[in-house]
This record gives sequence, C-alpha cells and structure tokens, in this order.
Amino acid sequence: MGKLKKISGLLEKFMNLIFTVCGFVAVAFVLVITIFLVVSGTPAIGEIGLTDFLFGTKWASTAAEPSYGILPFILTSVYGTFGAILIGVPLGILCAVFLAKIAGKRTASVVSGAVSLMSGIPSVVYGLVGMIIIVPTVREVFGLPDGANLFSAILVLAVMILPSVISVSETAIRAVPREYEEASLALGATKTETIFKVTLPAAKSGILASVVLGIGRAIGEAMAVMMVAGNVANMPELFKSVRFLTTAVASEMSYSSGLQRQALFSVALVLFVFILGINLVLNLIVKKNRK
Amino acid sequence: MHEEISKYRKMKCAVLNGLIWTAAGMICLALLGIILCILLKGLPHISLSLLTSRPSLLNETTGILPNILNTLYIILMTLVIVLPLGVGAAIYLNEYAKNKKAVHLIELAIETLAGIPSIIYGLVGMLIFVQFCSLGTSLIAGALTLVIMTLPTIIRTTQESLKTVPDSYREGGLALGAGKWYMIRTTVLPTAVDGIVTGCILSVGRIVGESAALLFTAGMANEVLGIFEAVTPGKAGSTLTVSLYMYAKERGDFDTAFAIAAVLLILTLLLNLSAKFAAKKLKKGQ
Repeated sequence: MGKLKKISGLLEKFMNLIFTVCGFVAVAFVLVITIFLVVSGTPAIGEIGLTDFLFGTKWASTAAEPSYGILPFILTSVYGTFGAILIGVPLGILCAVFLAKIAGKRTASVVSGAVSLMSGIPSVVYGLVGMIIIVPTVREVFGLPDGANLFSAILVLAVMILPSVISVSETAIRAVPREYEEASLALGATKTETIFKVTLPAAKSGILASVVLGIGRAIGEAMAVMMVAGNVANMPELFKSVRFLTTAVASEMSYSSGLQRQALFSVALVLFVFILGINLVLNLIVKKNRK
Repeated sequence: MHEEISKYRKMKCAVLNGLIWTAAGMICLALLGIILCILLKGLPHISLSLLTSRPSLLNETTGILPNILNTLYIILMTLVIVLPLGVGAAIYLNEYAKNKKAVHLIELAIETLAGIPSIIYGLVGMLIFVQFCSLGTSLIAGALTLVIMTLPTIIRTTQESLKTVPDSYREGGLALGAGKWYMIRTTVLPTAVDGIVTGCILSVGRIVGESAALLFTAGMANEVLGIFEAVTPGKAGSTLTVSLYMYAKERGDFDTAFAIAAVLLILTLLLNLSAKFAAKKLKKGQ
C-alpha cells in the first residue's frame, strides 16, 4: 500500500512538471521567435543605417548599386491597411448591427454562417478571385494599363477583414445591457435611433477592438495581396503597382542572398514591431473593457 | 397614443435602416459571388485523373494527388504534436497554475502568438527549423512551424471548455481520494472533450488554408510521398494552397488553380459544418 502511494505520488509530481512545461511552451515560442528575428534582422539595419533603411525611398536590391530603403513598403502597408479599414469597418459594423439587432433568428443564422465560411476561405483563394475578377474589373473601370495595384489590394483586404470585424463587433453589440435600450425606447426614440445613439456608443470599446483586430489582419496578409498588388516597389499611389511589407519578404526570399537576404529579415523585423504595437493596443482596449 | 415623429427623423431612420440592410446584403452577395465564381470556374476542371495523378511533363498530365497527400500529412503531423502541448498548457492554466503572474505572462504570450501574421511564422520557421535545426525544406519543418501557429487555438478552445466543467466534479474526485492527475484524467478531461474537438477542427481549417507559412518551410515539390517518407527531414512538398499559388502566379494555369480552389472551398465548407455539428452534438451529449 505504502509503495503504491509512493509511486502515485511520484506520478502526480511528474505530471505536474509536464503540465508546467506545456504551459510555458507558448512563452518560450514567443521568446525564440523574437530572438531569431532580432538576431537575423539587425545586422542589415546596422550595415545600411537605420534612417537610410527606414526612410529611404528606393528599394533596388538586385541593382548593380543596391539600395535598401523600405519607406515604400511601410507606407504601402499603412495606406493599404487604412484603405481596407475605411471600406471594411463601416460595412462590418453595419452587418454586425444587422445580425445582433435587426435580423430574425433564421436570417441571422444564415448570414453568420456565411460570415464564418468567409473567415475560413484560404487567403490564396481570395487572391485568385481577386486576380481573375477584381484586377480586370479595376483595369476596365478606371481605364488603366494594368489593374494590379494598391486599389485592388485594398478591395481584397477589405473583404478579408470583414469576418473578424463582424464577429467581434457583434459580440460587443450583444453585450450591451438591455436596460439601456429599453430606457431609450421608453423615452420615445425609434429602434434605429436607439441602435445608433445608445447601443453603438455603449459598445464602442468592443467595436474599437474589432477595428484593431482588422488592422492586424490587414497588415499581416501576404499571399492574397501578393497576387493582386502588382508587386513593384513603388512609392504608394492608388493606381500604381505596389509592394507591401509582407510581400517584400515573400517575393524575394526564394532567390535572395547576402545583404539582400539580411535586409529581408530586417523588413520582417519591422513588420513584427508593427504587429507587437497593434497587439499592445488591442490588449489595452480589451483590458479596459473588462474593467 | 403615439406622438407623431417628425418627417426628418423618419427619413433619417429609414436611411440608416436602409444602410444596414445594404451592408448585410452586399456582404452576402460578395460571398455568394466568390463561391459561385470558384465553383463555376473550378468544378468543370476537377476530374478523377486530376485528383489521382501527379504533374508530369513526360506524360503531359497535371494532377494534385501529391498536394492532397501533403496537406493530409501536414495536418496529421501538426495535430500529433500540437494537441498534447496545447491541451497540456490549457490544463496547466486552468488546473495547476497558482501564480497569477505566471498565468498572465502565458496568456500574454498566447495573445502575441495569435496575432503574429503567417508570413512571419514562415520566415521564423525557415530560420529555426529549416536552417538552425537543419531539417531542410521539408514537410516536417512546415508542420513544426504550424505547431507554433495553431497552439493558441488549441489552448484557447480547451481552456474555454475546461472552465465550464463545474468545480463540484473536481472536488468530488479529490474527496474520493483520487490524485490530482487521476481526477483530471478521469473527470475533467472527458467533460472538456468538446472544446478539444472544436479546437482540432479549427486548427485543421487553419492548416488547410495556410500558405505563407509553408512557402519557405515545406517547399514546393510535387512528388507523391509515402507516410514514412513524409516525416523524413529534407523531403519537401507543397500543400494544396501552396500549389494553387504556384499554378496561378508562377505558371498562369488558372484552370488547375480554380480546380484546387474549388476543392479547398468544399473542404472549408465541410470543416465549418463539422465544427458546428461537433459543438452541438457534444453539448447535447453532456
């Protein structure tokens, strides 16, 4: 009996240790990712010079006299994300209102099923549809020589951020206490007025979180954008072929070497810093929400 | 009874209402358009020979069998590794951890992992697994990269369902003299199985749809590999998504690309339905 107890006690201790290790694996992963990115991303920045790297307007990594300025990528990512938010967020919030407040149970379940299907569609599939539908349409409508440009990328990104914006805003809208709305209705406001003047303001921090999440999605998307943005390292203009931070990494990695390759790691490091910043903001908003 | 509301207010409400319906309608139309476009352009090009052969210049065939197999291998390898890790981490967070700071730190790490874009995972996976661990561009390197990527999903869904297990179950188990691990194994885990299954389905969805993280880790080869070959370091292979990208962007073969897109779309639909079904069924079973 005593022996058995000893063995089971040992097992308990062993399992405790195993679970503790599992628990901290996530922390270890974050640390390893950060270390690898910093170690491989900083040498090129040191060689090129931080200001030349971040604010240089010319990226010509394969030229005889290579120049490594990533301002075009940074600005493209920022503009592209901003554009996608500008289109996707109002649409997403309105759709969330529809799901939470207006649609009947059946309609709501069909639409939210559609939205969750949308979030599951692989990004290369969005890219493919963009290549075949959006790019030619943009070319025709605006009379351009080539439709693969920032505008097409914005359209594709706007569709791609919809599911996360919708689902997070919907949750936030549903969490607004009923009493708020009832009070507003009792004061004579119509249903629509109540939604826009009471419900949405009350849900604003949750909606803000959905916007930040959308920003994170848009800035991190690579493959779909690669297929529709044209992928030339221009300074961003709406109807010019552009390259994002993500696509800069993806497009040259397979054939790069030396300083060019290291510079790509630095681009990834810059992207990582952007993402960490966005995560931090998201965390702050969510924390404030809980309080 | 009702006081008449002014015409201006009425109009404003009608416009806003109209906007809401338009937005919902536009989103549904966009999705419908995407689905129809893929199915109409993809389904006619799906054939038995496409699904069961490999691309060969010699025989002039295009086939996606290797890509289907590679996708399966990567799903299996990833789940085998990530499941114990993720479930273990969730158990630690929910059952063992006493230090609030540690829990906070781990949750922060999980949030961070969930927010990192897949292209960065691809790059880091290449640095760590392909180069540092010298696994070479290989399916196993791809799977390991996806382990890091899907870990947050598994931890979160498991944790959610662990939280719903009533404390009285745990206390009952412990009061009967069971050790903590014994109690967790026999009482807590069986009750939380719905979250684990949901997490698996969600992860499979992410793996099936992933491309940027696999481009530089799992590679672009199109060979048919056996299951034992697939786990060998250095054996590269492209999944469905990666091969879609290659067909569309590098080779301009849109027929095959759309056929793969249709296959992916059907897979996504099935995964979506099974996630819903599993959630419902398992909830009822309790």
